[in-house]
Amino acid sequence: MVQGTLDMLILRTLVLGPAHGQTIAQVIERRSDDVLQVEHGSLYPALHRLQNRRWIASFWGTSENNRKAKYYRLTPEGRKQLAAHKSRWDEIVRAISRIMNPAPEEENA
Amino acid sequence: MNWSRFINRARADDELQQELESFIEITAEQYVDQGMRPDEARRAARRKLGNPTRIREDVYEMNTATFVEGTMRELRHSIRMLRMNPAFAVTAILTLALGIGATTAIFSVVDGVLIKPLPYPDSEAVVRVGHWASFGTARTRDFPFSPQWFATYAENNQTFQDFGIWSPRVAAVTGLGSPEQVNTLLMTRGILPALGVQPALGRWFSRADDQPGARETVILSSGYWQRRFGGDKSVIGRMVTIDARPREVIGVMPSRFSFRGFSFQAPADLILPSQLDLAQPQPDFGWVALARLKPHVTLAQANADVARMLPIFKEKYVGNQMDSLHLGPAVRPLKEDVVGDIGSLLWVLMGSIGIVLLIACANVANLLLVRAEGRSQEFAVRTALGAGARTVARALIVESLTLSLAGAFIGVGLAHGALQALLAYGPPGLPRLNEITIDLPVLLFAIGISVVSGLLFGLAPIVRIAGPAFAMSLPEFLRGAGRSATAGKSQHRSQNALVVVQVALALVLLVSSGLMIRTFQNIRTVQPGFIDPATIQTLRISMAAEQVPDSEHVTRAQTDILQRLEAIPGVTSAAFISSLPMEQGTSAIAPVEGKTYGGELSPPRRIKFISPGLFQTLGTRLLAGRDLTWADIYEQHNVTLVSESLAREEWNSVTAAIGKRMHVGVSGPWQEVVGVVADIYDDGADKKPSAIVYWPARLQQFMTGPPSVPRSVAFMIRSSRTSTEGFIRDLRQAVSAVNPDLPLSQVRSLREVYDQSMARTSMTLVMLGIAGVMALLLGIVGIYGVLAYAVAQRQHEVGIRLALGAQPRAVTQMFVYRGIKLSGVGIALGAAAAAGVTRSMSSLLFGVTPVDGATFAASAGVLVVAALAASYIPARRAAAVDPVETLRM
Repeated sequence: MVQGTLDMLILRTLVLGPAHGQTIAQVIERRSDDVLQVEHGSLYPALHRLQNRRWIASFWGTSENNRKAKYYRLTPEGRKQLAAHKSRWDEIVRAISRIMNPAPEEENA
Repeated sequence: MNWSRFINRARADDELQQELESFIEITAEQYVDQGMRPDEARRAARRKLGNPTRIREDVYEMNTATFVEGTMRELRHSIRMLRMNPAFAVTAILTLALGIGATTAIFSVVDGVLIKPLPYPDSEAVVRVGHWASFGTARTRDFPFSPQWFATYAENNQTFQDFGIWSPRVAAVTGLGSPEQVNTLLMTRGILPALGVQPALGRWFSRADDQPGARETVILSSGYWQRRFGGDKSVIGRMVTIDARPREVIGVMPSRFSFRGFSFQAPADLILPSQLDLAQPQPDFGWVALARLKPHVTLAQANADVARMLPIFKEKYVGNQMDSLHLGPAVRPLKEDVVGDIGSLLWVLMGSIGIVLLIACANVANLLLVRAEGRSQEFAVRTALGAGARTVARALIVESLTLSLAGAFIGVGLAHGALQALLAYGPPGLPRLNEITIDLPVLLFAIGISVVSGLLFGLAPIVRIAGPAFAMSLPEFLRGAGRSATAGKSQHRSQNALVVVQVALALVLLVSSGLMIRTFQNIRTVQPGFIDPATIQTLRISMAAEQVPDSEHVTRAQTDILQRLEAIPGVTSAAFISSLPMEQGTSAIAPVEGKTYGGELSPPRRIKFISPGLFQTLGTRLLAGRDLTWADIYEQHNVTLVSESLAREEWNSVTAAIGKRMHVGVSGPWQEVVGVVADIYDDGADKKPSAIVYWPARLQQFMTGPPSVPRSVAFMIRSSRTSTEGFIRDLRQAVSAVNPDLPLSQVRSLREVYDQSMARTSMTLVMLGIAGVMALLLGIVGIYGVLAYAVAQRQHEVGIRLALGAQPRAVTQMFVYRGIKLSGVGIALGAAAAAGVTRSMSSLLFGVTPVDGATFAASAGVLVVAALAASYIPARRAAAVDPVETLRM
């Protein structure tokens, strides 16, 4: 996974509502049709880092199966950060795709 | 850097562990749902998670503060290192504890007395309202205050929120066991609100309590309440007989509150309402005025307000009579009056103790240098393993701070003990004693100075070790560290510098304490005007108007008591006086007939009412004329005696005074001078003798009014039995035979009164003496340490010298010479520093200049001898080296 994108993906996932670590990983994997695999060795440090930056907050709750689990939710600051990340990401994606799929006239020139 | 995260990281780790476990369980359950076997599902879930320890470590790492982490590591390391070398650690820590402890103790005094605000709310707004007055060249800002002034200012002021006057008195309490004389304060009801204190129990005086003729009330001090009523809360409403009149207890002061009068040694026990008749205020000058300024009123505004009101007062009460009196406003912070002139003394003490601390630091720096030398290998290895100069410096600083903080910890304990001793000894004349504690500011100060000293002495090894580690290449450094010979030169230089500084500072302190010793000696040689004060018993008896109504009875009771005292076996003579020698007392204007004083008021003279036989009892010489007789008292002759300095001031000679006349007050009756007596050093032996007028203990009239007698007098009884228990019992019996309700107070010998007048000088002497001795001892240890180290280091060289035929004597001399040379340089520098420093203590000196040659020479001599002794011992050891033994090494 591209460096720095995990943070953005976590934030994006939490837009749907609070979730615990396992759900977050699963959602990312499912929505990417299993293209993106979440390395758990980096998921938890990433969650911790985001929490330290106060972009997300955590609370203890019960999972669907009545297990105690730590839930994360997006803070207003996190929402702002997500928007910023997204627009930067979109820019990068556009830039990369311009290089990878150049317009035909450019290739001829 | 996030401190809360750093501190909470253990808890965060716990949570993470739980979180990871819940992940495994949730994932495993999903796998089971998908048809896996439970144990298989669990294993798969774990695989999915990866290495949980690794995750925890990663997260833990996020919460570290590298600097703190490193420092903590160094701290642990330095404690380990100190424990490995306990002799070094104990020496260094104890040296520092002494220095820091002494400094902290003195600072707590400075803080409690000088720095802390008075213990009243918004205490800056509490002011003493006074006037300055000038008489020719003399000027005072303590011109006494009168009820007339109070009436004027209470009515006309625009700047006082609360305003009142108070006056110290004494009263006899009867009906609670044996009669007791207590110190009281008479005050108008505005005083306590002006101070802003709340009663611990009951209430303050109301307007009605303070009206003339109202029901009599009293407020008890906390101490008196505890002493006489055992802290009984039902005391409110009880009746106490004070000066033969019952008064109702309406309140108790808080325990922190202490209100001292002028001449009292002890704080007042009882507070009585003044009940002044402000419609007809008396010209009674024995009061002190106090006010709380309205919010945002400055001192300048208050002074302007008083200046505005002064003419109103003059017009109403004085008329033209006092036109010659030059008066002006002198409103100043109450704190200034409470603290008095103790400041210069305390700062001198603070400075000298600070010097002791500096010497202690120099000693520890020296120890650290020696130690650093031995550890250069260790630091070389650390550097080789990648520690930068910064890391090495940090390690050294942490070690120094560990030492100094440990020193501070013990030092604060020492300071606490020293303070208890100081307060128990209770130097008289030290104001605000009960406010001196080791509180938060003092603790912060102790930590502050220990950190500063830690950095100070910690610099020495850093310059020695981290410096080269930074500058040299590694192999060079490793090679250099292995041998002491190459590093030796700069090592010696820094050690020498430290010794020179120590000796110089020690000299400054020795000179200071030497000057105090000279001062003390000089004061002791002053003939105070009386002889053998140890065999003069004194005691004070006061007779309130309620107990002994008219003045004739007062005189009779006083003479009756005197006769009975004289009849006690072992008494050679006795007399009484309104205020003892060295107890100052009242002053009044006593203009000389035919003198104009340049159109101004004559200067106020100290006044003492006396009985016949006083000078005989004291052993004070009569220089001209005759002594007072009983006939003068009973027949109320208008006669007076004066002191020698007054006679010389007014008439230029002792004999010329006889037969001259003086007024009593501004325009009282004329009194003829019948005798001149030798001077008594009433303000203390280190001050000029005061010009004193001795009035007979019964004056025909004072200013205007009935015959005047002193109602409170001190008896002086010359006897070899002074201060013995049996004698004091006899005295009590003699007094109670005249009137059983008269309490005896201030029973002490005149010697004690004299010693008390020297208390401040004695205290300065003792404190500076302690500082001086500490400095000397630390200095000796410093010199000894450096030479002993040099000897140990040069053992090899000395061995060669001896083997080549050097005389042991010559070797000894070589080392002693080095010690002498170092202390010589130190003494020269110290003398120069001392000459500058001692100037600041000139106000404490008497009969000796701040740059007294003899004192400087003696102090230098003491240091030279000490330096000789300190260098001789290690030098001897050097000469005793066995050449064969050392060469084999």
